[in-house]
Amino acid sequence: MFETIAQHPIASALIALIGLALVFGALLGYAAVRFKVEGDPLVEQIDTLLPQTQCGQCGYPGCKPYAQAIANGDAINKCPPGGQTTINELADLLDVEAPTLDEEHGEESEVPTVAFIREDECIGCTKCIQACPMDAILGAAKQMHTVIVDECTGCDLCVEPCPVDCIDMIPVASGIRDWSWELPAASHEQADLIATDTGRGHTQRKTGEAA
Amino acid sequence: MTQLIKVWDIPGGVHPPENKAQSLIEPLTPLAIAPQLILPLNQHIGAPAKVLVEVGQQVLGGELLAEADGVFSAHVHAPTSGTVAAIVEHVVPHPSGMTDTCIILDTDGQDSWQPLDEAPDYQNLDKAALLARVRAAGIAGLGGAGFPTAVKLNPRANQPIDTLIINGTECEPYITADDILMQNRADEIIAGTQILSKLLGEPGRVVIGIEDNKPDAIATLREAAKDTRIEVVSFPTKYPSGGEKQLIQILTGREVPAGQIPASIGIVCQNVGTTAAVYRAVRFGEPLVKRITTVVGEALDTQRNVEVLLGTPIRFVLEQHGFNEKKASRLVMGGPMMGFSLPDTSVPLVKTTNCILAPTRKELPPPSPAQACIRCGMCAEACPADLLPQQLFWYAQSEDLEKLEAHNLFDCIECGACSFVCPSHIPLVQYYRAAKGEIRQHRIDKEKSDRSRRRFEFRKERIAKEEAEKEAKRLARKKAAEEAKKKLAEQKAATGDAKTAPAPAPADDEKQRAKLERIVAAAEDSLKQAQKPLEDATDEQREKQQARIKQADVKLKAAQDKLAALGAATSAEPAPTDKAAPAKAAADDPVSAAIERAKAKVAMSPEDKLRSSLESLYKRLAKAEDKAREAREQDSDKADALEQGVSKLKEKIASTQKELDELTPSNVAEPTPRDPSTSDTSGGATADAASNAIEKAKARAAAMSTMSAADKLRNQVDSLEARLEKSRARLSKAEAENDENIDAFKAGVEKLEVKLAATREQLAQQNEQA
Amino acid sequence: MALTRITSPHTHRALGTGQVMRTVVMATLPGLAVLTYFFGVGTLHNVLLASAVCMGFEAAVMAVRGRPVLFYLRDCSALVTGVLLGLALPPYCPWWLVVVGSFCAIVLAKQLYGGMGFNPFNPAMVAYVILLISFPLQMSQWAAPSDIGGHTPGVLEALKQIWAGSSIDGYTAATPLDTVKQNSSLMLDSVYLQDPVLAAGSFAGAGWEWVNLAFLAGGAYLLYRRIFTWHAPVSMLAALALMAIIFYDGGSSNSGGSVLFHLFSGATMLGAFFIVTDPVSSAVSNRGRLIYGASIGVLIYVIRIWGNYPDAIAFAVLLMNFAAPFIDYYTVPRTYGHKKSQRATKKADL
Repeated sequence: MFETIAQHPIASALIALIGLALVFGALLGYAAVRFKVEGDPLVEQIDTLLPQTQCGQCGYPGCKPYAQAIANGDAINKCPPGGQTTINELADLLDVEAPTLDEEHGEESEVPTVAFIREDECIGCTKCIQACPMDAILGAAKQMHTVIVDECTGCDLCVEPCPVDCIDMIPVASGIRDWSWELPAASHEQADLIATDTGRGHTQRKTGEAA
Repeated sequence: MTQLIKVWDIPGGVHPPENKAQSLIEPLTPLAIAPQLILPLNQHIGAPAKVLVEVGQQVLGGELLAEADGVFSAHVHAPTSGTVAAIVEHVVPHPSGMTDTCIILDTDGQDSWQPLDEAPDYQNLDKAALLARVRAAGIAGLGGAGFPTAVKLNPRANQPIDTLIINGTECEPYITADDILMQNRADEIIAGTQILSKLLGEPGRVVIGIEDNKPDAIATLREAAKDTRIEVVSFPTKYPSGGEKQLIQILTGREVPAGQIPASIGIVCQNVGTTAAVYRAVRFGEPLVKRITTVVGEALDTQRNVEVLLGTPIRFVLEQHGFNEKKASRLVMGGPMMGFSLPDTSVPLVKTTNCILAPTRKELPPPSPAQACIRCGMCAEACPADLLPQQLFWYAQSEDLEKLEAHNLFDCIECGACSFVCPSHIPLVQYYRAAKGEIRQHRIDKEKSDRSRRRFEFRKERIAKEEAEKEAKRLARKKAAEEAKKKLAEQKAATGDAKTAPAPAPADDEKQRAKLERIVAAAEDSLKQAQKPLEDATDEQREKQQARIKQADVKLKAAQDKLAALGAATSAEPAPTDKAAPAKAAADDPVSAAIERAKAKVAMSPEDKLRSSLESLYKRLAKAEDKAREAREQDSDKADALEQGVSKLKEKIASTQKELDELTPSNVAEPTPRDPSTSDTSGGATADAASNAIEKAKARAAAMSTMSAADKLRNQVDSLEARLEKSRARLSKAEAENDENIDAFKAGVEKLEVKLAATREQLAQQNEQA
Repeated sequence: MALTRITSPHTHRALGTGQVMRTVVMATLPGLAVLTYFFGVGTLHNVLLASAVCMGFEAAVMAVRGRPVLFYLRDCSALVTGVLLGLALPPYCPWWLVVVGSFCAIVLAKQLYGGMGFNPFNPAMVAYVILLISFPLQMSQWAAPSDIGGHTPGVLEALKQIWAGSSIDGYTAATPLDTVKQNSSLMLDSVYLQDPVLAAGSFAGAGWEWVNLAFLAGGAYLLYRRIFTWHAPVSMLAALALMAIIFYDGGSSNSGGSVLFHLFSGATMLGAFFIVTDPVSSAVSNRGRLIYGASIGVLIYVIRIWGNYPDAIAFAVLLMNFAAPFIDYYTVPRTYGHKKSQRATKKADL
C-alpha cells in the first residue's frame, strides 16, 4: 500500500484530492439541502423594522420592496416615517454605521398624522380609496368617504389624487391617557459624551436635535 | 399580647425620615363644603365613567352623576347637593398636568341628600347583592392606585382565594390618613373586613398588616378584632413595605409571579380605607363621596387629617390650612416618595388622594443637579424588587429597549427607593417611567405596523386575484364553449343523457380552498402575534391578550375545519363521471392558462381580437342552436335553458358586432380598458404621478414657511385657481371620453369655484384691513 | 400659581457623591499617618502632590471639554484617585513620577473614556502599572521602616531627593514581599531571620503590619458608614487567605509565606478596602462582587508567588476590571416574581 503510494506520488495525490473533493462536495450538498432557508430571512427582518406605512417616500412601491432593496445594498436612510429610530434599528441589524435621514425623501414628522376627509366637501369620486394602500378609506361612488383612523398610517398618498383637495393630514390627538413620562432633560454631562457603545443612540439623538 | 405570627423580610428598602407626628396632633376633622366641586370622570384605573347628567341639572347628594363604563370602571356620585355648572375639560391630578373631562358642580350649601338604601341586615345578603352594593357605591382603591374595588372582589372561579390582606401599612413618610382612620374607625374596618372575607368565600387567612410605627392603631384594631378570626400583624417599619407585592411577601413569604395579579396565587389585598368604604357602602348604601386626606407640610399653618368631599379644589383645602405660597417649594399630591407635583392649585381632590404635601424649601429642597453614575450599587441595595437600577438607568439612557425588558424593567414598582439613595442625585425613577412609556408605545407601534403589513399584503393579493379572476372568467367562458362542443360530440356518441360537466365547481373549490388557506395563515399569524408579548404584559393587557388568543384560536380551528371539510369533499367527489377529472385538471391551473391566452390576445390587434371573438361567438351560437334543437327533439327539460343561452349569445354577438363597427372606421388601436398590455404602462404612470406629487408637496411646504397671512391667502387663491383649471381640464377630458366619473368632476369644479370665491373674499377683507 | 414640577421621589438621602468620596479620603488618613510614622514624610508628600496634580488635570480637562469645572471638582473623585495613587507610589520617588502618574490616571485612564463613571479601569491602578512597567527602578525603591534603625530622611532632605534628584544613601530596604520572592531558595524561617524588616516584625514585617492594620481600620469605618458593601473586600481577603493556607507547607523553600504574612504585607488592605471597592470599575451586583473580589484575591496570590512582580494588587485589579462586564452578565439577581434570574445576554421579544 505504502509502496504504491510512494511509487506514484502524483497519482496518489490526485486521487486523494479528488476523494476529498467528493467528500466535501457531498457534505456541502447535503448541508445545502438539509439546512435550506425558506425565503430571505434578512428581507423579512428588515421588513419588520420598517414602519409599514407603505407611503412610497423611499421611492419603492411599499415597505417590502424597500426592504428587498436594502437587502440588496440600498441606503437605509430613505424612510422618513420611520425616522432616526428606524435607521438606528436597521443599522443595528445590518451592523453598519447609522446615517442620518436622507432629506431628499422627506422629513421626519414630529407627530404622527392621519388623513381626515372634510366630508362636506367630498364628492365621492373613490379616487382616494383606490390610492390608499391600507384599504383604510371607506365609501362608495357618489357617497362621501371617510377614513378609518385606526388603520390609517398617515402615508398621505390619498391627498394628491383628490380632485377637490378635501383631505387633510391632521396630527393624531394625544391625550392624558396616552401620555407618558419623558426622559429627564439631559444635564450637561450627558450631552456630548465621548462615544461609548451604550451611549451611542443617545448622543446621536442629542446632536441631531441640536443641528 | 405577644405576637407569634411569623413575618418575612423584603430585600432592599430604605428608611426615610417618617415625619408622621405633626399631622397626628390634631384630631380628624370634617372639612367645610367648597362652593364648587370638580369631579373628574376618571378617578380610577380603567375606562372613564359615562356622564348621566346635563348642564344646569339640580342634583342631590349621593345622586349618580356618571356611571361606570364597563367592568373596569367606577361610578361617580354627587358629594353634596347643587347644580351641574358645566361638563368641561379641566386640569386633573395627574403627573402630566393635562386636562380631562370633569363635571363641575356648584354646591348649594344645603347638603340635602337623596334617601340612601340602607341594609341593617347586610349580614344576610348573598355575595351577588353585596358585590352589587360595592359596585353601586363607585368604590376604587383608596390606597393610591385606584383600582375598581368590585373587580378585585370578584376573582375568577379558577382562582380560589386563600388569603385576604388588609393593607394598613402606610409606609410613605408624612401620610397618616390610614393611621387616623384605624384609630378612629377600627370597628368599621373590622366589619368591612368581614364583608370582604365573605365576598371572597371566607379565605383561610384574614390578616391586617400594619407597620410597627403605629402602636395606637395596632392596639385599637387588636381590640376591635378580639372576637374575630382576623389577625392584626405588625412588622418593622421600612419603605416600601406597603407596596402590594411587598406586603404579600412580608405577610406570606410568597411572591406574586411577574406580570400576574395577587389573585393568581390566591391573595387579595385591600387598603384599610377601601375596607371602611366597603362597609359604609354595604351597611348604609353610602356612595364614595368623601375620604380622609392628610394635609401636611411646613408651608401650612395647620397640619392635620381632614375628611373632605371628593372634587374639592386643592386651593380650597389649602386656604383652610393657612397655606403660605412663598414658603412652599412645591405642592405634592401623595407622599414624598411616590407622589407627583401638581401644576397648580385648581386641581380637585380625587378618590386616590391620600395626602396633600406642601413642604418648604428647607423641608424638601429642590433636587440637586444629577452627577454621573459611579455605579456605587446603593440603588441595587435599596431596590425591593431585586433589580439592578444602575443597569436599567444605563439602558434607559441609551434607549436600549430590548435590554431594559431583559433586565425586567416592568417589575419595577417605581417606589423611588433607588432615587432616594442615589448619591449622584440621578432621577432614576423618571428614567424608568419614560422607558416604560416608550416600550409600551413601541409595542403599540409594532402591533400597528404588523397589522398594516397584513392589510397591505391582503390588498395586493386581492387586487392580483381580481385581475386573475377577470382573466379566468373570460377563459372559462371560452372553455365552457369548447367543452360544450366536446360534450355534445360525446353525447352524440354515447347517446346517454349525460349531465353537463360541473366545470365551474372545481374552480369554485379551488378558489375557496385558496381563501380558506389564506384565512388559516392569517389566523395562525395573529395567534402567534398574540402569544408573543404575553410574558411581559401587565394584567390588564394579559386579559385582553388571552381573549385575543382564544379568538384567534377559534378562528384558526374553524378555518382549518372548513379546509379539511373541503379537502374531504373534493377527494370524496371524484369520478361519478370520468369527464369531471380532466375538467378539474384543466381548472387546476387556470392562471397560467389565462396568462397564455392573454398573451395570445395581446399579440392581436383589438380589431382582430373582436373579429375573432365574433367568429367564435358565431360558432358557439351555431352549436348552441344545434344543441337546443336536439334537446327539444329529445324533449329534454334542459331545452328551455339552452334556448335562453342561445338568445344570450345572440345578444352578445350583436354587441360585439357593434363594437367592431365602431372600431373599424377609426381604425385606431385604442386599447380597451381591460387590455392587460396597458396595465404596465399605467403602473408606470402611477409611479410617476406619485413622485410628482412628492415633489409638489415638498415645494409647497417650502414655500409656505415664510409668508404673511395675506400672502398665504393670495397663494391659496392662486393654488385654488390652478386647481380649478386642472379640474376643468379633467372635466372636459372626461366629457370627451364619456367617463363614468363625469358627474364627480362636475361637482368638484363647482365646489372649487365656490371655495375660490370665498377665499377671494377673504383676501379682499385682509387687504382692506391692511 | 406656577408651581415647579418635579418628579418623585421628592425626598433624598443627604449622602452625595462628593461626601462619599470625602469619607473615603478620610478613611485613608490612619493608613497615611502610619506610613508617615514608619517611612517619613515621603508618602505624605506623594499624596499631597498627587492630589493637587490630579485635581489640576481634572480641572484642565473639564475646561477643555467646556464643562463647569467646579461642579465636577466638587465630586472629589479626582481627589480620591490622587490620594490612592500617592499612597501606592514609593516614598521619596522623584516628583515627575507623581506627575506622570497623575496624568495617566486622570487623562488617560479616566477622562479619555468619558470621565467619571465611564472608566472601565481603576485610574490609580492604571497609572501605577504604567509607572511600574516604564520606570521599574524608581518604582522599586521603598524606604526602610524607621523602627529597624533605617535612615528616615528629614523634610529638607526629602524635598531635595524628590525635587532635585540628589540621592540619599541607605534609606531603602527591600519590602517583605520582595524579600520572600528573591530568597526562594531559602527556608522561610531563615528568610525571616536574615531579613531585618521581617525579623523585627511580629507577624508580617516591621512597619508593614501596622500600615495594613491602619488601612483595615479605615476600611472598617467605611463599612460601618455603609459607603460600600462587604462583599468585594471580604471575599478578596478570604480568597487570598485561602490560597495562602492551601499553599503554605509549613515554611519550606517553596512556601509562599503564611496567611498573616499575605494579609498584612504590601498593599493588601489598601487594595481590599480602597481599590477593589472602587464601584465604577467593579462588578455591580452583590453576587458579582463576591466573585470579583474572590478572583482578585486568587490572582494576587498567583502573581505574588509565581509572577514577576512581588506586589500584585494593581495587576490583579486591572485583570478583573476586564472581567467585570462578563461577571455582570452572569450574576443578574433574581427579580421579585421571577422563578430564576435572567441572563443579561438574553434578548427580550419586542
